[in-house]
Amino acid sequence: MYKYDTYDQAMVDARVAEFRDQANRRLEGKLTEDQFKPLRLMNGLYLQLHAYMLRVAIPYGTLNSEQMTALGDIADKYDRGYGHFTTRQNIQYNWIKLEDAADILEDLSKVEMHAIQTSGNCIRNISSDHFAGAAHDELVDPRPYAELLRQWSSFHPEFTYLPRKFKIAVIAAEKDRAAMRLHDIGIQIVEQNGEIGARFYVGGGMGRTPMIAPMIRDFVPLDQLVTYAEACLRVYNRYGRRDNKYKARIKILVHEMGAEEYTRQVEEEFAHLLNQGVEPPREELERIKPFFADPVFEDGPKTVDRSDPDFALWVDRNTVRHKHDSYVSAVISLKPVGGIPGDATGEQIRIMARLAKQYSFDELRVMHTQNIVLPHVKIADLHALWTELDAADLGAPNLDTVEDIIACPGLDYCALANARSITVAQRISENFAAKGRTAELGELKLKISGCINACGHHHAGHIGILGVDKKGKENYQLSLGGSEAEDVSLAKITGPGFDEDGVVGAVETVTDVYLDQREEGERFLDTYRRIGMAPFKEALYD
Amino acid sequence: MTDNLGTSPDEVQFRFRDDEVADHGTVTVDACCDQTNATAVRIEPGDDARQLLPFLDRLALVEVNFPSFADGRGYSAARILREAGYTGELRAVGDVLIDQLSHMRRCGFDAFAPDTPLNEDDARRAFATWENVYQSAADAREQGRKTIQELRHD
Repeated sequence: MYKYDTYDQAMVDARVAEFRDQANRRLEGKLTEDQFKPLRLMNGLYLQLHAYMLRVAIPYGTLNSEQMTALGDIADKYDRGYGHFTTRQNIQYNWIKLEDAADILEDLSKVEMHAIQTSGNCIRNISSDHFAGAAHDELVDPRPYAELLRQWSSFHPEFTYLPRKFKIAVIAAEKDRAAMRLHDIGIQIVEQNGEIGARFYVGGGMGRTPMIAPMIRDFVPLDQLVTYAEACLRVYNRYGRRDNKYKARIKILVHEMGAEEYTRQVEEEFAHLLNQGVEPPREELERIKPFFADPVFEDGPKTVDRSDPDFALWVDRNTVRHKHDSYVSAVISLKPVGGIPGDATGEQIRIMARLAKQYSFDELRVMHTQNIVLPHVKIADLHALWTELDAADLGAPNLDTVEDIIACPGLDYCALANARSITVAQRISENFAAKGRTAELGELKLKISGCINACGHHHAGHIGILGVDKKGKENYQLSLGGSEAEDVSLAKITGPGFDEDGVVGAVETVTDVYLDQREEGERFLDTYRRIGMAPFKEALYD
Repeated sequence: MTDNLGTSPDEVQFRFRDDEVADHGTVTVDACCDQTNATAVRIEPGDDARQLLPFLDRLALVEVNFPSFADGRGYSAARILREAGYTGELRAVGDVLIDQLSHMRRCGFDAFAPDTPLNEDDARRAFATWENVYQSAADAREQGRKTIQELRHD
């Protein structure tokens, strides 16, 4: 894992001091709320429905047990005993007091963490494949490249007042586990003629106008990676729309300008910037790489004792093939039936930290699906690990099933929301669990957003639910056929929306159609793609 | 020429240059391209700074206006001018606030004329926010500032 040196630590310390100074100037009345707002936002502090919300950055979703423990302690010390893991691989706290914020940032800085650029119209925390460094199918570990970009994007002097927020994801496998093409910039590390480089996709996103990013460059040499990113951002900073915040994301620029013209301008800027010395020295990447070197894996048993059916089910559902055949990546589901997706108590967070130290080389990952990964677990240790997880209510065997729902905080917390997401998620998971149909449905990605900003990724759900306000009442639109993976697609709306009871029933109805029509080996998404919308519509509305 | 465009030397609150403060009538980018004798120009957020590149030799002052601090186009304009070798005064004017000073300075601004004068102590602290930096920007070119990544491999 990456370790700060004195330079990295000094940057974070300077930021804590700067924020304390800003908060003081706000309290002294030297800053208006309008002036303070973008500053607190750039430190991850939002004013929500009931309180301040603080979002903490977890660069490329990777953290160690000391950091995880600190996150649990913050939940208990400054929040109401909970932390909420987000679809951007971060954590947020929903009950923060403004006067505590600088102290929390200081606590975080002691474990090499911060809330820098987790909001605001700047380059946000960079996300990556949650199985990076463990996946059997990756070309290389993508995180060194993400770390290089983390440094470049931190306090970038030119790109702090962009037209709108800016999200970057970096992956290095054909299988996309990071929703890469639904980012402002998606980077895939690829190999061409024996050389490693970066493929750039620009202009994807969800929100109210979902778009899949087109590829604008199939290969950028690694010693020009930062320069190319700088060119992409400069064209956006200069020409992205600023007249309407709903049209200000880069996806709109790329769409309106056309991918070809945007690419032309980027290439022109890139050619210019190549002579400006903005690329960090090549040795820097070589310095970063060893931080992500493999731990020392040992050969051991490759199978488990399946005599306990509950354990066997969890192994089948929640463990993922590792590049070393005596290990797996184990997913800790934060989706207990009827629970709040992505929530964990302070105590559960500390338990996960302890288990990571004991069983996973001191490392954890946050998934964009709001679960936690222990990336390197010995197959021989799985039963002991599962026993402890199960005792802490962390053993739900439901990865990638209909119970593994992504949901935004919705109207229960969020100032932007039109409808509740959490209760809908709870009722759907309870319904399928009670009927014992979760396993039968297999992989089924269900995603719920409480407003059109789409934080719950509903456009990318095999089944998506969007909560809207219809004449003062919560109304839920159902959509089908989305995917955030390498087979990326945007979901289509089925038809008129439903009330809360209605949408829970509607989800069941579409799964019935699937079970009735599926062919051997088909997931819900595959069946939908084969038979189209009509049979689902018929079952829902006729 | 519009005679009420631009700030006067009296309005410049912070300046990191030793030469005489330019006190010229400032013209728009379009006017600057048309007039062969203009020596001071004012860039608005929607202007293309690259239009000025053929005239950099005769310019002594470029003002970059920030009607709102949240509109960050002026940062790119500043870097583009410095990258093209402009060495005259680059003045940030308008809604220039304490917390933007350090980034503006790094993008090549060397004079600041905020609409509302800033607290001097707060501003001094703000200019000195970062002992070291991660990116190579105008400060690398002008002040020979090395980035953290360069310092690591010195």
